[in-house]
Amino acid sequence: MSSESTPALRQGAAGVESTESDGPAPAGPSARSPRSRSTAAYARYAAGKLAGAAVSLFAVLVTSFFLFRLIPGDPVKQMTGGRQVSTEQIAAMRREFGLDLPLWQQFTQYCGKALTGDFGTSYQFRAPVIDKITEALPATLLLTGTAFVIYTLLGIWLGARSAWRNGSAGDRANTAFALTLYSVPSFWLGLLLIITLSVGIGPVPGLFPTGGMESGDTEGFDRVLDIAHHLVLPVVTLVAVEYARTLLVMRSSLLDEMGSDYLTTARAKGLRDDLVRRRHAVPNAMLPTVTLLFVNLGTTVAGAILVETVFSWPGLGGLFYQALSVPDLPLVQALFFVFAAAVILMNTLADVIYPLLDPRVGR
Amino acid sequence: MVTRVPHHSVRPRRRLRLLLASGAAALALAAGSVVPGNPLAPAPSEARADDGKTTLTVAVAQSVDSLSPFLAQRLVSTSIHRLMYDYLTNYDPKDNKAIPGLATAWEPSADKLTWTYTIRSDSKWSDGQQATAEDAAWTFNKMMTDEGAATSNGSFVGNFEKVTAPSKDKLVITLKEPQATMAALDVPIVPKHVWEKVGDFSKFNNDKDFPIVGNGPFILTDYKVDSYVKLKANKDFWRGSPKFDELVFRYYKDQDAAVAALRKGEVSFVSGSPSLTPAQSTSLKSAPDIKVNDAPGRRFFALAVNPGARTKDGQRFGDGHPALLDQKVRHALFMAVDRKTIIDKVFQGHAVEGEGYIPPRFGDYFWKPAEGQKLAYDPAKAASLLDEAGYKKNGAGKRVGKDGKPLDFRILCHATDPNDKAIGKYLQEWWGEQGIGLKVECLDNVSDPWYAGEYDLAFDGWSVNPDPDFVLSIHTCAALPAKAKESAATDNFICDKQYDELYRKQLAEYDPAKRADLVKQLESRLYDTGYMNVMAYPNAVEAYRTDHIESITTMPSAAGNIYGQDGYWSWWSAVPAAGASSSGSSESGGSSTGVLVGVGIAVVVLAGGGLLFAMRRRSTAEDRE
Repeated sequence: MSSESTPALRQGAAGVESTESDGPAPAGPSARSPRSRSTAAYARYAAGKLAGAAVSLFAVLVTSFFLFRLIPGDPVKQMTGGRQVSTEQIAAMRREFGLDLPLWQQFTQYCGKALTGDFGTSYQFRAPVIDKITEALPATLLLTGTAFVIYTLLGIWLGARSAWRNGSAGDRANTAFALTLYSVPSFWLGLLLIITLSVGIGPVPGLFPTGGMESGDTEGFDRVLDIAHHLVLPVVTLVAVEYARTLLVMRSSLLDEMGSDYLTTARAKGLRDDLVRRRHAVPNAMLPTVTLLFVNLGTTVAGAILVETVFSWPGLGGLFYQALSVPDLPLVQALFFVFAAAVILMNTLADVIYPLLDPRVGR
Repeated sequence: MVTRVPHHSVRPRRRLRLLLASGAAALALAAGSVVPGNPLAPAPSEARADDGKTTLTVAVAQSVDSLSPFLAQRLVSTSIHRLMYDYLTNYDPKDNKAIPGLATAWEPSADKLTWTYTIRSDSKWSDGQQATAEDAAWTFNKMMTDEGAATSNGSFVGNFEKVTAPSKDKLVITLKEPQATMAALDVPIVPKHVWEKVGDFSKFNNDKDFPIVGNGPFILTDYKVDSYVKLKANKDFWRGSPKFDELVFRYYKDQDAAVAALRKGEVSFVSGSPSLTPAQSTSLKSAPDIKVNDAPGRRFFALAVNPGARTKDGQRFGDGHPALLDQKVRHALFMAVDRKTIIDKVFQGHAVEGEGYIPPRFGDYFWKPAEGQKLAYDPAKAASLLDEAGYKKNGAGKRVGKDGKPLDFRILCHATDPNDKAIGKYLQEWWGEQGIGLKVECLDNVSDPWYAGEYDLAFDGWSVNPDPDFVLSIHTCAALPAKAKESAATDNFICDKQYDELYRKQLAEYDPAKRADLVKQLESRLYDTGYMNVMAYPNAVEAYRTDHIESITTMPSAAGNIYGQDGYWSWWSAVPAAGASSSGSSESGGSSTGVLVGVGIAVVVLAGGGLLFAMRRRSTAEDRE
């Protein structure tokens, strides 16, 4: 009855939890050798995963060279299309880009340079590919990163609540709402938001800019606010379309935990329902969600081509589209590599982190 | 002792919370970001209104490829260069005739091989130095000697023997062969004292040091990739300062979003790329304070026929249909095309029916077929032509050749162009009635089969310049590829002795009237061959806000376009509307309403959040009972 009893119980709950997660690892000197054995096992496991990632990265490097050479179209002709150019100019450009060399020679040059981190010069922008990517990367990370944080938190929160009240009107409404948004094409939703919230419709005034990342006439803190203002609609669009996935995974994995004995135990101890959920059920249901989280994190780098286009966001998604349409081979190869590397890296990170979250993995 | 409150007692409240949570989630998101986003936004236009500066904002979609005039290929970049740098000559917005630019006068020598330009003395670079003939000579020489500097405009100097500047105001260009296009050298002249420090021209993009030194009507002050390009008026420009203080090209990658920005007043002008859609222009026509400019365009849209691809030395390649080598068949095909229906149904009235090769806006060179020559829409005549050519209908209504094979063609279509697809459907119908089969092959990138000569027909189109030399040159034998399938300057593998002879004559003819006559003869010859059948001249459909822009010069001035002109007329001449700065403030009024509403939403959300929190506390308290 007294309020002091709650902290005591909380400690108790924490105790139960730690026993759960640490598994049967009794204290004492005898415990040392299995622990060091498990550390060695973990090191082997992690090294295996890292080696696998390195092999994947190399495969991507090679694939990206050949994959984009399958795209029909001559970059030089595409770039000079509709322009007054002489045959000599076209030949000079082909020479400059190394397109006159035999394929194997182009390939060895590409590999040699790529291994030193030099992805060459963009055909259409005449700038080092790395510069073009680093130029657009912050915009993309800002947009997709912000959206990622919000839809992950929102998805986990709503998913957990939905599962906990599984079958209730709230759960059904919640899931249906999320799924409806999930099936909406992002560019269409974006346009609707522009028309309603940006231009204004009826009594609703235009609240947000129609596109772009900044007005370009602000500095310092004002600039930060200006960018935040421009960020709202694209982030809302991305979150609206994306959060359902996290929600559903969270919901279903929590549902799997719902009947577990440890929850009954926790309830039997007299824990509040909220606490049972937050302290016991959710942490155990997190693993599949963490997987999804890392997959999502890996793809944030690739940006969101459609949303970036609708909101004229100067990010990597738009750059990739432009690179493909030429095809601007050095740029498209490097972007493909970076996108793939981000996914590989995040997956590897997830693999490496799992055993720390759940010791059953990696044994 | 702690007792757990039975489930059902808290349930209704929980459900309410859950509903609230899910429903408010999106709102909270939006509003959550509004809170920092809005009260802040020091309405950009307000700042403008304060110091009375007028800004003209233009929505663009195409990314700048390079700000270096030696590398830029794209329309957006070359249009910006027109504003930054003066060219030797310009084109009169009234009639497209060459008029003075950096050069005040130009004349050829008696042997036609030397041109002398007088350079004006009142053009200054924005860093204070005078622009001289030396700058022009250096620019051309750089393009002639450095391959990297010839990337974008090398074709202009291909026929130059030597370029010198004997004095500050005299530029002398010596030619290898006579060339009539010397008043149409669309090459930006750059300041030598700035550019001679550049190392590798093939990699220098001119986008690091702002403002960029120039002598055009505007000075480029800032550029952020795919966000904006900013220019300020050059108050010392010799033709007079632009009326707007600032010109901003702002990026809208999606055309519907750009149209939304125009409605809102965030931008003053939208051109569309290449044109607004009929639906967009219809919806904008009824919008307040917006004028839609539906003007004759500079493009032609044609049905190209493969004449049998070949190299310069006559080696054949590709697989063009042999039946198309018969002029009668080509004429019959075109006579079965109802151009009026294409204008009405596909372009929805935003185009003009095609005739000669050069669009009517270039009045000096516009040519129409004579009465007897015209391949007017006439399905009956088309049928009899096909009969004459030996392709009779068989029992199944299909035209078959003497070899008994049915007449089936392919047409190359740009998958990205909805007009191509729509016209392809019509052609299938019209030619189907003639007993001819047609396969419409829509590709994202048509250049591969095109340059391999692997097509029968193709949708083709070019933007025409005030000087038509280039669009004429792409049908000469000299433009054919050196090796099979290699990309070259040729458009459609046309190689016709008579055409070449006329082309050579017009290029060497320095008398404008006589040259125009030769150009018309070229068009007539091209028309008769039936290899380039112009179906339409699509309009340029653009829109601007009349409460930002009071007046603006179109080109041609009687009825012409605004974006992508040959010259800087539109932006240089644009006059701010009386309320232009107040239009800014009305915009800022909108933003301050925005701030208020944003704050309102934030308050509602915070209150809602507070309520949720309170409810949660309460239920916790109940839990503890």
